[in-house]
Amino acid sequence: MSGAWQRNGYEAVIGLEIHVQLNTASKMFCACPNRYGDEPNTNVCMVCLAHPGALPVANAEAVRQSARVGLALGCRIPAASEFSRKQYFYPDSPKAYQISQYDQPLCAEGSFHVPGEGAFSVRITRAHLEEDAAKMIHAGGDAGRIQGSAGSVVDFNRAGTPLLEIVTEPDLRSPEDARRFLTLLRATVVAIGASDCDMEKGSLRADANVSIRPLGSEEYGTKTELKNMNSFRFLERGIEAELERQLGLVRAGEAVRQETLHFDPATGGLTSLRSKEEAHDYRYFPEPDLLPVAQDPDDLAALAGQLPELPVARFARLTGAGLPEATALLLATEVELAAYYDDLAGRVGDAKVAANWVMGELQAHLNAAGIVADATPVTPERLAGLVALVVAGTINQTSAKEVFQALVEDPAATAAGVVGGRGLAQVGDADELGAIVDRVLADHPDEVAAFRGGREQVVGFLVGQCMKASGGRADAKALQALLRERLTA
Amino acid sequence: MSDVELTPDEVRHVAALARLGLDDAEVERLGRELTSILGHVNTIAQLPIADVPPTTHANPHGDALRPDAARPGAPRAEALANAPDPAPEGFRVPPIGA
Amino acid sequence: MAIDVIGLTAERAAALLRGRACTAEELAQAYLDRIAAVDGEIHSYLHVDPERTLAAAREQDAAGVDGLAGVPIAYKDLLSTRGVPTTAGSRILKGFVPIEDADVVRWGNEAGLVSLGKTNLDEFAMGSSTEHSAYGPTRNPWDPTRVPGGSSGGSAAVVAAGCAPWALGTDTGGSIRQPAAFCGLVGLMPTYGSVSRFGVVAFACSLEQVGPMTLTVRDAALLQQVIARDTDRDATCTGPRAPIEVPEPGRLDGITFGVPRVELEAGVEEGVRARFDESLAIAESLGARLVDVDLPYARHGLAAYYVIAPAEASANLSRFDGVRYGLRVDAPDVRAMYEATRDAGFGAEVKRRIMIGTYALSAGYHDAYYVQAQRVRTLIRRDFDAAFGDVDAILLPTAPSVAFPIGARLDDPLAMYANDIFTLPVNLAGIPALSVPNGLSEGLPTGLQIIGPAHSENLLLRLGAAFEAEHAFDPVPPGLRSAA
Repeated sequence: MSGAWQRNGYEAVIGLEIHVQLNTASKMFCACPNRYGDEPNTNVCMVCLAHPGALPVANAEAVRQSARVGLALGCRIPAASEFSRKQYFYPDSPKAYQISQYDQPLCAEGSFHVPGEGAFSVRITRAHLEEDAAKMIHAGGDAGRIQGSAGSVVDFNRAGTPLLEIVTEPDLRSPEDARRFLTLLRATVVAIGASDCDMEKGSLRADANVSIRPLGSEEYGTKTELKNMNSFRFLERGIEAELERQLGLVRAGEAVRQETLHFDPATGGLTSLRSKEEAHDYRYFPEPDLLPVAQDPDDLAALAGQLPELPVARFARLTGAGLPEATALLLATEVELAAYYDDLAGRVGDAKVAANWVMGELQAHLNAAGIVADATPVTPERLAGLVALVVAGTINQTSAKEVFQALVEDPAATAAGVVGGRGLAQVGDADELGAIVDRVLADHPDEVAAFRGGREQVVGFLVGQCMKASGGRADAKALQALLRERLTA
Repeated sequence: MSDVELTPDEVRHVAALARLGLDDAEVERLGRELTSILGHVNTIAQLPIADVPPTTHANPHGDALRPDAARPGAPRAEALANAPDPAPEGFRVPPIGA
Repeated sequence: MAIDVIGLTAERAAALLRGRACTAEELAQAYLDRIAAVDGEIHSYLHVDPERTLAAAREQDAAGVDGLAGVPIAYKDLLSTRGVPTTAGSRILKGFVPIEDADVVRWGNEAGLVSLGKTNLDEFAMGSSTEHSAYGPTRNPWDPTRVPGGSSGGSAAVVAAGCAPWALGTDTGGSIRQPAAFCGLVGLMPTYGSVSRFGVVAFACSLEQVGPMTLTVRDAALLQQVIARDTDRDATCTGPRAPIEVPEPGRLDGITFGVPRVELEAGVEEGVRARFDESLAIAESLGARLVDVDLPYARHGLAAYYVIAPAEASANLSRFDGVRYGLRVDAPDVRAMYEATRDAGFGAEVKRRIMIGTYALSAGYHDAYYVQAQRVRTLIRRDFDAAFGDVDAILLPTAPSVAFPIGARLDDPLAMYANDIFTLPVNLAGIPALSVPNGLSEGLPTGLQIIGPAHSENLLLRLGAAFEAEHAFDPVPPGLRSAA
């Protein structure tokens, strides 16, 4: 599935508009707490309720965090940017205009590289600061469905939350690339600390502009805008569905109509959000209540210098340490896993060993439990204790699995404690192992004869029998050696 | 655009953007008044000043930014006290419509 | 004791309080009595709450503090007052009770000023006569058949009628200065950004400021001292550049006044022109020099203003949508509710300006109207900058006419707008101007407007005090003198 989406002589052209809710303490233009999940309408004031006479004052931290993200996206940060009013009436828009940025955004003209197999770059058109809308709680009708509902209640807690809107050029060529790009972008923003980018809570939202065009064509086809893809999987599925729909239209000789489509994760279908109204006329104009934001080049240089290690750099570092590309990419982009890995690798002191554990046992456990890495009871500290026992040869791989399971089940347990308590320390003593081997060989004369007759693969069976007889504690290497020695004696 | 004359349809279009429900008499009157006012305003339309930067702020020295310090919002009862149609937890609005 | 509040300046009122000649409660009661006696006819207050006023006055008496504490004041009903209805003169805000005070009200409270109530205005400050109030027109205390000017007509009328010692107004295109001139008062439009707009119901954000409307220039300075402060709630406000000083009258040696002769040709009433020429003579007699100045783009101010102000207003007034406060007209869906609410809630003049502003910002017209007007604005600023390279201040009549009869201009919006030709270039430039009474024409007050560069308030107040002393104008309307 990797690489470009190309079917029936057509290719995909995809651009993304990403909204990132910044995790400032206060809202964008007022001092109300910027907090998710509180009781409706408890984080509101004159400003975010748009009472007459209220004035916005821009949040310095939101500007700073936006500039940091812009720098990480390789954007130019202009010396001055300007807020504008974007006018539209809707109950979630208390002023009936959103304070946004129009022709002078905070960040402009960036480029973002997605490494790994089929590496690609995406040009960033701009990233601008704006305020989030209120939340509509729809009474009656399906959740999320707007048309035909029986009225709504508006919660203004979210109104005025700082949003960074990142717009890409239409440089993406497949749904998978869109997902890969967004995954790495999310990891970058989280690494910077500007947002938790939790798609479930809506602190990361992505819309996609999708079109298709004949292979080799330089012109763009008519694009549609896809909304409501609130997970990475839905993003990929939604774009895929829309590409197929457009391909079907084009192949049937029909035109693609410019429209906004709503992705329904339940059915995987797309619904047109047709509005009876004439095309939007937002009547932008510079926000007279706010002054242009000036950016000092020295401050920007300092900000750039203070950025943490970003996922792209992590990827380079991890591949440099000898990790396979796929592993390095995962450990650079899966935010929680990456943090876990760094912690573990630091304790274990061996990048590859740590990576093996994270990619193997830990991943299997996380998948089974359906949790992310910062939620597992097997903390890096506890796992490091287990890894140390393996590296030291105290226990073998089979026992290690058992110990890991024990660590999952009992958050108070330590690896050493489990090994001691269950007597899992491996048997490497020649006399003890020799006794086991002798007994197994005596019990399996046919296999011994077969081996001596030239069927060498029988040794695997015999190793298994010996391991079983040792209660899984046998040192596998020593056992192999001893077995061969006796068989060939 | 030295002579602008607003047609009733244009008046209705502008009124729709501004969410003003005008009756026919208002549309007719506003069409006349706007035509007259815009006729005067058009005296500046012809000035050859395309190279002049527009002024959007009268005081260029304001404090552009505030520190990111949160303080509690208004009590919900106070926030809802002015609502024309309050619900227990928020502001009720009619259906969005088709 | 019986306190005669007619013609009582705030400075004198403060002296009475400090000298224990009366209590704040007695003073407030005297004004409340006066309001009860005459405001039925003048209709200058939209909201008076005697109990609340008296309670606030008693609080000041109990605190026994100094300065202006206990002096009453009236606030234009465009200024948010916590717990007290604020309508902006509009039906759409009927019953609205702000949850916070405007910064200027907060500072008035901090200074111990006692609010007498909220004054009438043109709806959302859009107008020059106070006839566009949804709650009925205010009458001019000098002649009840005439308008008090606007949009701060209520604030002007309460002071002229002795129903408050002073008041706060707002000025977007002349809304402090023109009613001050029409009612024989001093009115100061401060430098843009020297007074906080937080809590001022917005009409045109980039043009408006709050300012004092008073009986004397010294009172204007005293009130400006209270309200001109930096704030963290208005990003465009940085406060005054220097502390405001209370002026003494004196000579004007070394002062050069600019007189834009060309502007004066544009339809100034004869009596207004005569008073203006007398003021010029006074300036010279006090030692000042007069020179001609040319403000070639100022004559485009009216056109630029009637794009920029409505454009900003059209956005500012979009929040009145029947969702969170104010009027709602029920309808089956949101859009119909918006349209019905806004149609019923806004008056004719407000709709007119919303329509102009929406049109000027709409696709296809944005550059030709809105951006072009902002370019003219730049040129007007440059005109003033250039003039202030040569002169200390510019003199103009405040308005080209005296107060006109109620109803005279209601059917001709352009004629109404034209009354502001001398004031609105000042708002476009963001510079301060002071209007001081300079006599009577046909028995009605006229105003002299003194315009200065940004942050020249102290100069303007000093110049104003000099003219005031020479004009020897009695700000009490003749009809009220006999009533006293």
